[in-house]
Amino acid sequence: MELAIIVPLLAAAVQSGTPILYATLGEIVTEKSGVLNLGVEGVMILGTLTAFVVALTTGSPVLAFVAAGVAGTLAAAIHGMVCLWFRGNQVVSGLALTILGTGLADYLGNAYVGRTAPGFSPVALPLLSEIPIVGPIFFNHDPLVYLTYGLPPLIWYGLMRTRPGLCLRAAGEYPAAATAAGLDVAAYRWFGILGGGFLMGLGGAYLSLSYTHLWTNNLTGGRGWIAVALVIFAFWRPGRAVFGAYLFGGIMALQLRLQASGTQLPSSLLLMLPYALTVIVLVLSSWRRGASEAPAALGVNMEPAD
Amino acid sequence: MRVLQALAVLMLCLSFSTVQAAEKEINVGFIYVSPIGDAGWSYAHDLARRELDGMEGVKTSYVEAVAEGPDSERVMLNMARKGYDVIFATSFGYMDPMLKVAKQFPNAKFMHCSGFKTADNMGNYFGRMYQARYLSGMVAGGMTRSKTIGYVAAFPIPEVIRGINAFTLGVQAVNPEATVRVVWTKTWYDPATEKEAAKSLLDVGADVIAQHQDSPGPQEAAQEKGVYSIGYNTDMSTFAPKSHLTAPIWNWAPFYRNVIEQVRNGSWKAESVWPGIETGIVDLAPFSAMVPKELQDRVMAARADIVAGSNRIFVGPIKDQKGAVRIAAGVVAPDQDLLGMTWFVQGVVGTTE
Repeated sequence: MELAIIVPLLAAAVQSGTPILYATLGEIVTEKSGVLNLGVEGVMILGTLTAFVVALTTGSPVLAFVAAGVAGTLAAAIHGMVCLWFRGNQVVSGLALTILGTGLADYLGNAYVGRTAPGFSPVALPLLSEIPIVGPIFFNHDPLVYLTYGLPPLIWYGLMRTRPGLCLRAAGEYPAAATAAGLDVAAYRWFGILGGGFLMGLGGAYLSLSYTHLWTNNLTGGRGWIAVALVIFAFWRPGRAVFGAYLFGGIMALQLRLQASGTQLPSSLLLMLPYALTVIVLVLSSWRRGASEAPAALGVNMEPAD
Repeated sequence: MRVLQALAVLMLCLSFSTVQAAEKEINVGFIYVSPIGDAGWSYAHDLARRELDGMEGVKTSYVEAVAEGPDSERVMLNMARKGYDVIFATSFGYMDPMLKVAKQFPNAKFMHCSGFKTADNMGNYFGRMYQARYLSGMVAGGMTRSKTIGYVAAFPIPEVIRGINAFTLGVQAVNPEATVRVVWTKTWYDPATEKEAAKSLLDVGADVIAQHQDSPGPQEAAQEKGVYSIGYNTDMSTFAPKSHLTAPIWNWAPFYRNVIEQVRNGSWKAESVWPGIETGIVDLAPFSAMVPKELQDRVMAARADIVAGSNRIFVGPIKDQKGAVRIAAGVVAPDQDLLGMTWFVQGVVGTTE
């Protein structure tokens, strides 16, 4: 393949990777606090719908983007209530949240199918976009993509280099010890759940504000599940999440481009690629490191305070 | 006196029964695979349904976004139990569920769109969309500069393959050297994937994008890149006014009205029907002003030939991708071959797998 094909492919990889990246970062924050949220798909789609409806009614994509984050936070709050107040099973609650979210979005969004709303369009960054190869790949996107360039370092710094970040991780590693040290574990877990939900909502918003400018049932198309898998692939590290999300976005874009370039490979085989990659990645990552990188108390509810 | 009385009663009864017969409402149910929305496949069916609703003595209702398979069987069963007279199921995957329900309710009439199975009280119907696709292909062939046209395709089934082939033959009728590149998305409605597929075709040099799916995703991609596009199902120009040239479209109203009339006067038969552009069931959406007048005239002349039956489109010699003659010179491909088409004509780049 020559450069004329590879550069647009990589640019497309960044773009298709972006919604997954938002959601993956959200899930990392949530899981670091010791809560497993399998409801990413449901939280995302509610963000997608909210963004679309707000953009359509107010005409402001920025407001829509923020509203989607709020919607994601609210949706994740349901998970928080079940896990933190009622100490319900985190896996079951997360699955229920996915079903609830997709169903609710289908129901509420029915009237909006087939309409178009204002959203973000690509803005080439001056100077940066003129760098050969790197420019068109990274600096000729919409503002929501640029936002993700700053997020991973910020989250990494917040989690690894600040005191609240340390406390949040303590809540995820050893809640009993954290409680003994006088930390309010529930508060940090709430922060993990709500903050994570906010990011997942933003990821959903990307799909209806930038990727397309319309709404339809199941617009997220399983991207939330991919995010859940990518967290493990990334060993809960924001930096590796970037790599994973772009790799995944790249494979999605690659299979379509292979077809367009006139390959004789069966399309069914190519369509399988992203999912085959997920399985391979999960096998490889558990092989190499075991689950040692996971927060030790992930999925374990706190003992009720006496 | 007695006789008169009896006669009066008899008259009364008779008039009553005729009044009742005239007032007997026909209940018609529609099942759609996607939400109706503002454009697309289900929307096209629903436009016709709304027209039926305006007919005297006809009452319609619909259920939208019904998943193919067991879910649809439940919906059809529900309609049949409520005593619907005619049920239209408008997606391929409703075929087997409908067959099951039809056997249980011999008095209701069942009509399945785009399938191939029939029963005593179940017919199937479709339109010769390939005719309109051929015409839209002529438009694409006349407008391309790069001689590369991108086609965002749904599933590799005969209906879609036939459409791509007819489109390509239309392209070649105007621009013999142009090729049509195909990308399969394996979706009927997934705007994100379909837009990405269109972009991948734009990256390899396509300057006209055609599509089979319901979503305006490919139209958006074409407009953003500043090239042309061809819609499908309904006029998609509102989604991409700067790129949308025309679209092969459905117009179901005359067909549905006809079916209801047949049911009413008892002439309805369970059979397979495949009407063409001459009945108005398929057609071309109005041309954009970007299409030059002489190209428009050329396409309309071809349309007249198809209506008159002098252009049957799949007329030999037609070669497949490997150059083997699949339809011999002078032979018109029989409907049976068209309905089971699984090979691409020469000039298509892509595989049918």
